[in-house]
Amino acid sequence: MSQTFAQKALARASGVSGIKPGQIVDAFPDVYMSHTASWRCIKTLESLGTEQLYDRDRIAMVMDHISPANTAKTAADQRLCREFAQRMEIKNFFDVDSGIAHVVLMEGGLIKPGQLIIGTDSHSTIYGALGAFGTGVGYSEITAAWVTGKLWMRVPESLRLKIDGSFLPGTYAKDLMLYLIGKLGADGATYQSVEFHGDLVRSLSISERMTLTNLAMEMGCKNAFVPPDNKTRDYLAAAGLGEGDYEELQPDADAVYERTVELDLSTLSPQIAVPHTVENVVPISEVTGTKVDQVFIGSCANAKLDDLLIAADILKGHKVAPGVRLIVTPASRMIMAQAGHEGALTTLLEAGAMVTNPGCGACAGNGGAMADGEVTLSTANRNFRGRMGSYNASIYLSSPATAAASAVAGVITDPRELAR
Amino acid sequence: MASVAGSCLVLGDNVDTDVIIPARYLVSIDREELAGHALEPLGPQVQARLRQSPIVVGGSNFGCGSAREQATTCLLGAGVKAVVAKSFSRVFYRNSINTGLLAVTSPEAAGAARDGSLVEVDSASGVVTVDGAAFSFIPYPPELAKIVEAGGLIPYVAAQLREEASA
Repeated sequence: MSQTFAQKALARASGVSGIKPGQIVDAFPDVYMSHTASWRCIKTLESLGTEQLYDRDRIAMVMDHISPANTAKTAADQRLCREFAQRMEIKNFFDVDSGIAHVVLMEGGLIKPGQLIIGTDSHSTIYGALGAFGTGVGYSEITAAWVTGKLWMRVPESLRLKIDGSFLPGTYAKDLMLYLIGKLGADGATYQSVEFHGDLVRSLSISERMTLTNLAMEMGCKNAFVPPDNKTRDYLAAAGLGEGDYEELQPDADAVYERTVELDLSTLSPQIAVPHTVENVVPISEVTGTKVDQVFIGSCANAKLDDLLIAADILKGHKVAPGVRLIVTPASRMIMAQAGHEGALTTLLEAGAMVTNPGCGACAGNGGAMADGEVTLSTANRNFRGRMGSYNASIYLSSPATAAASAVAGVITDPRELAR
Repeated sequence: MASVAGSCLVLGDNVDTDVIIPARYLVSIDREELAGHALEPLGPQVQARLRQSPIVVGGSNFGCGSAREQATTCLLGAGVKAVVAKSFSRVFYRNSINTGLLAVTSPEAAGAARDGSLVEVDSASGVVTVDGAAFSFIPYPPELAKIVEAGGLIPYVAAQLREEASA
């Protein structure tokens, strides 16, 4: 008893019971996700001189960061992955038309509560939205796991967040996370397992919970977790998983946390992260009127169906401001198709948006580069210098609602102002 | 691997992975090639000093951001043997161990170092010296020390596979 989620999940994955924070165990992940970095894993496997895989069915490859290929080199890298997947009979291979790895795997029923997922992407913390333990690793670790089935894991201390209240109009899960990152800092949860509890968290959809567990990475956490509930079960059912297909793990009521933070966010206003760190967060009123050259609605943080619908709702009947480029990149093909059915894509296009194929797009620096001195308002999760083109350009981060309102006005705009 | 020494390059807090190695260069995994672009956003002068500095000293949250392993291998390619910082981001720290780059957490040593200070790291005993002043740090636990000593995870696993094959 007295176990946090992280203790339970790593006990399950390691087969070692009663583990304590700080202890190092050999854990056996259920899924090894590799994205565009997959070719690096394959090359590293060649250097190991073996093709004996521990369990090919635990491998998931998604060609998301550079989709479609932009150079002969990246095309060759992707061909290497495609041919490797075919030759090694890796069934969970998702090509450049699929979308962002995290979203593709979750909507495809490949991520289950209680599982340990490692991925070549820091935002692998997102899998906690479904009650899984997701964490980012380098490509060498994925390669090693392909062969040995395991990796070393230090059992993390846990941070318990209890978030209550409800959102004011115009305020969303993204605003909550930006506020939290600003409050706790970019290293506010370093090495820790972050558990999201409280009424507000329980009221959020799985898509909104993904925004929470995705952005928790920007506080430096090892993993993030939202306790599974009926919303989780409904989402999993839609992904083809019945309750007999997985085993939920819940922290014990008397679990020991390194720190507990309690917040009531009933008065929260829209938040903005200003250049060049994600912890540089201000209420929108402090930067309202800042001119933007480009607006990007995309990324694993905020390009899911609800995000696109919110943006379309704000843009309906408006036009993107002259001289402003609005790029919309749906998170997955499935989401893009749903947004099409709902009419959101037409609305976005009629307002003057560029709607691209699904994937990481401009967040990963693939399209949407900026010239010196330009400004992008982005719904992604990072505003680091040089992430989108010039080292002398600026990235601000916001919710999709703020991004859409700002695209119309041409300056950073409170979505509640535009609605009026 | 037990001991490395040299002059240091001092950087600030929250040095992120886009600054260490911009994403546009991740199409390579060649350490030498990556080294040419290490710290590129900070300009050619910093890059030139990196080449002369076997030790990099950072502030808090060094290496925050992406899981890109090239953030450690580009530094290794540039000749860096150890990073001493007030604190590290989790994934960078992990990648350091797995690629054979010494990562030393010592707020005191990081605070004492100035650009060009002579820094000596003894990873086995857990002592880092800055211009003669010694500071202790917690050495890697044995499970992780053996990975660093092997030169990283892949050489470590390769040796294990060879052992299993000959057993």
